[in-house]
Amino acid sequence: MNRTLKFLIPLILFLVAVGFLTKGLFLNPREVPSPLVGKPAPAFTAPILGEAGKQFNSADMKGQVWLLNVWASWCAACRDEHPLLMDMAQTKRIVMHGLAYKDVDADAQQVLIAMGNPYNKVITDTDGKIGIDYGVYGVPETYLIDKAGIIRYKHIGPLTPEILLTKVVPLLKELDV
Amino acid sequence: MKKLMILIFLFMQFFATAYAGEAKPISDDPALEARLKAMSQELRCLVCQNSTLADSDAPLAEDLRKEIRTQMRAGKSDQEIVDYLVARYGDFVRYRPPVNNVTAILWFGPFLLLLVGGFIMYRVLKKQANDGDIQAEDE
Repeated sequence: MNRTLKFLIPLILFLVAVGFLTKGLFLNPREVPSPLVGKPAPAFTAPILGEAGKQFNSADMKGQVWLLNVWASWCAACRDEHPLLMDMAQTKRIVMHGLAYKDVDADAQQVLIAMGNPYNKVITDTDGKIGIDYGVYGVPETYLIDKAGIIRYKHIGPLTPEILLTKVVPLLKELDV
Repeated sequence: MKKLMILIFLFMQFFATAYAGEAKPISDDPALEARLKAMSQELRCLVCQNSTLADSDAPLAEDLRKEIRTQMRAGKSDQEIVDYLVARYGDFVRYRPPVNNVTAILWFGPFLLLLVGGFIMYRVLKKQANDGDIQAEDE
């Protein structure tokens, strides 16, 4: 082995390691890929907020593309996201239901009165059971569900205009919405 | 200095174990509680990712422990419960990732590095030994 090679090989190995570690710095460890993407959205029936006695049945959404936005009145990041949801609701492009995750009904209603209600319906998940079925671990989370009831996309954390433009809108086009 | 370090380390170990026991048991069934504890030490709390489900105080961890208790009472096996969680949260929920194509490098990479390192060391030592012999002959 000649001298240059002896010097170059460790250097190259070092640079490769640096490359991987640098990439690691920019990954978000909180974003765990969901095993549910590409699978049928878990079915559920749950009370609708503000409509006493009425139940929301996820099976009724078959044939429609819709968003399920998991939020809570106690979640600060959800408030950051709220104005964007209001903008989305204005466009009336897609049906968006909210899932009030582990929330007190009155508190959730209070937020919607104060900040506006971007949701078509708000489903209550007081004990967090639906949340578990959807693998929710950090609100807000948003699911895009297609006509066949398959989860096509999941976003963890507040939605941003960039996410909408680069991820959600192209998918909606693909799904003919 | 070294003794001090060992002492500090042992001290930390003591606290680590002292804290690990603090997940609040709710059930009055000690056998089930022991089973839950053993199992939840193998599972990750997704909210605070460096804690196990056993010693996390996050509300979600609480809910999941409750769910595991319910399923245990319903007679589900440990494997069934782990599968239930993996279906929702992915392999990440397990502290011991399964051996498959994606995780192969994770499982076998260290042994591969050991082999490569061992080979390099063998070469270097052999070369040094040879050089030494030559020098010895020269003298």
